[in-house]
Amino acid sequence: MNPARGSLLDIEHLEAAEILKLLKFARRMNPDKPRPLLKGKRVFLLFYEASTRTRSSFEVAAKSLGALTVLIQSSGSSIEKGESLVDTGNTVRAVGADVVVMRHPNAGAPYILAQHLDVPVINAGDGLHEHPSQALLDAYTILRNKKTFKGLQVAIVGDIFHSRVARSACHLLSKFGVKIILCGPPELAPEIAMTLAPGVRVTRHIEEALRGTDVIMLLRVQTERLAGLKIDLAEYVARYQMTPVRLKMAKKDAIVMHPGPIIRGLELTSEVADGQQARILEEVRNGVPVRMAILARALGKMPGKMR
Amino acid sequence: MSPEKNRSSLLIKGGHLIDPAVRIDAPMDVLLKDGRVAEVAPPNKIKGGADERFDARGLVVAPGFIDLHVHLREPGQTHKETIATGTVAAAAGGFTSVCTMPNTVPVVDSVEWVEWLRQPERGAVVNVFAIAAATRSSKGVTLTDFRALQSAGAIAVTDDGKPILDDNIMREALVLGGELNFPVVQHAEDTRMTENCSMHAGARSFRLGLRGMTAAAEASVVERDVHLAMHIPNARLHVAHLSTSDALKSVRRGKRAKARVTCEVTPHHFTLTDEDMRDYDSNYKMNPPLRSVSDREAIWVALADGTVDAIATDHAPHALHEKQMEFERAAFGITGLETALALAITKLHREKHIPLSRIVELFTAGPARCFDLRGRGSLVRGSIADVTVFDPKKKWTFDAAKSHSKSKNTPFDGSPFTGKVVATIVRGTIVYSG
Repeated sequence: MNPARGSLLDIEHLEAAEILKLLKFARRMNPDKPRPLLKGKRVFLLFYEASTRTRSSFEVAAKSLGALTVLIQSSGSSIEKGESLVDTGNTVRAVGADVVVMRHPNAGAPYILAQHLDVPVINAGDGLHEHPSQALLDAYTILRNKKTFKGLQVAIVGDIFHSRVARSACHLLSKFGVKIILCGPPELAPEIAMTLAPGVRVTRHIEEALRGTDVIMLLRVQTERLAGLKIDLAEYVARYQMTPVRLKMAKKDAIVMHPGPIIRGLELTSEVADGQQARILEEVRNGVPVRMAILARALGKMPGKMR
Repeated sequence: MSPEKNRSSLLIKGGHLIDPAVRIDAPMDVLLKDGRVAEVAPPNKIKGGADERFDARGLVVAPGFIDLHVHLREPGQTHKETIATGTVAAAAGGFTSVCTMPNTVPVVDSVEWVEWLRQPERGAVVNVFAIAAATRSSKGVTLTDFRALQSAGAIAVTDDGKPILDDNIMREALVLGGELNFPVVQHAEDTRMTENCSMHAGARSFRLGLRGMTAAAEASVVERDVHLAMHIPNARLHVAHLSTSDALKSVRRGKRAKARVTCEVTPHHFTLTDEDMRDYDSNYKMNPPLRSVSDREAIWVALADGTVDAIATDHAPHALHEKQMEFERAAFGITGLETALALAITKLHREKHIPLSRIVELFTAGPARCFDLRGRGSLVRGSIADVTVFDPKKKWTFDAAKSHSKSKNTPFDGSPFTGKVVATIVRGTIVYSG
């Protein structure tokens, strides 16, 4: 069964042209100048997992377009009582959802939902799999800072294994020929990650990852997902923490990105987090227009052609 | 089955007999009488009448198929399957005998439950052999009473679904099993390595964001078990649903050393790989998981060269609501009884050119040897009159909705197949004709 038109389940199967169109469309979106593109529409936010940025960002995006939002979280809903994903999906559809935005701890959950719903499903992060809206807002942020993907080198440092952000970013950047270097210890940046997309390399050495790099994407060590994996955090800090000294190994105009939440003193120091090259809050800001574009596209409001 | 029916005679005429145990692969008529094979002879050589005739022209006549590994879900999980429904599915798949696994609710770890499984009230339409638990409640701590279980009719022991991880418990099981000539069946998986995992560990699991079970989690247990079996007099080890190239290497070494090591492979493992699952479809979720392309190739070689003793389905029915959910949360397992022969012919015979006689051996003489099922696995005169008749050329499409199993959890719904069961005969009585 095919997901409803306008769904956004992953980046892997999204065409490069569609990504560019979405990013262009996002540039026309401004939360400070609300447009009633989605007036009367109901956006259901189905959150099975904790979220600060993504949830609030989708909510502001939907409201800026004139939509009504309904938030359903696993605690305090029927989900807690054992209702199945498909039944919850059918329920929110029956209540009147025009689009469902879902965050879920299990990889692939949005696919299951999309197979049973006739309204678009937007993946707001599924387990270790993908986080498409994050990849799009990161691409948007990169383009704002670097103008083009052409010739870019991006280093992704940290817990790649547990990161849906990393998987989506690799798929997206690879579609535009970006050189991608994944860096971390073997448990967190396994060799197999190279098979994700063309142009992806893996290194254990931070110097190698940073040399000639235009964009540094840092990732949090997801200690809650380690599931028995033992990571020596002190060792991690010693080898991979982004410090002002290490930052100098990258290109002079390199920018530092992070999908958040950041853990100061672990994957980066405060000096880097608050420094001139950091774009961490800009990413959060950019999340709103990008998600406005995603929602408008979901409900058929993205023009077919854009200049 | 009523005894009157057993006393009738049935002449299977005009078919091509494949009986690998006695190396027959030729046109033969087969006369069944009083529940036994009365005569096997070239076409039109059997004299005298028969109560019934079966026209097998253009069909293969084979010893009744034996499935060493099915989950009939009784006692306790009748919403998934019952012995009655599961054995109808078995008959439709050409199986005249099935060996049922003890991971039920409660676990079949006592003489009482083994006897209960064998009672006529269960409504079995094919022979059901009980495999009992190897340890109490399959907790892997204390061995069950092998001697009593064997006397009650159990044909092997296992903690299937859970492996016996403790080295010394496994050693004790093989020692005791060796003394009693009782096979110990191992579900080889080091579960300490597979926590929260839902598919094979590889490029695809990484891409899908699913935690992967490594091949090593299977191979390391098989390696240990084969090692133990090689050093314990008379020990009998049977490796269930073997799925990896490395585990095959251990089995080969054991066999070369003349250890009594046997193994089975499932149709889904010789047909599919971890690349085949789409859209997080939980009908592709089973344990052991679908493995890599190179594992599947190693399995093809081992099926052809004799390393593998039997094709077993690991028929694992689950209700729709137990499968229609997040991949990581969905139950492990797929149904398999009604697609096994078709997959073997379609994949192994037509695509990989494994001779039909070898495929028949993997469904008959091979499994009969693994668990010493006397009088079965061959149609030599005097054998039990269990017969499977199939059309190796018939093209058909599998429709899961029409499956005889209570559950429909299969990745093969809508698959085009070559090779179909035409009749299943148990102790001289036709229990299925398709």
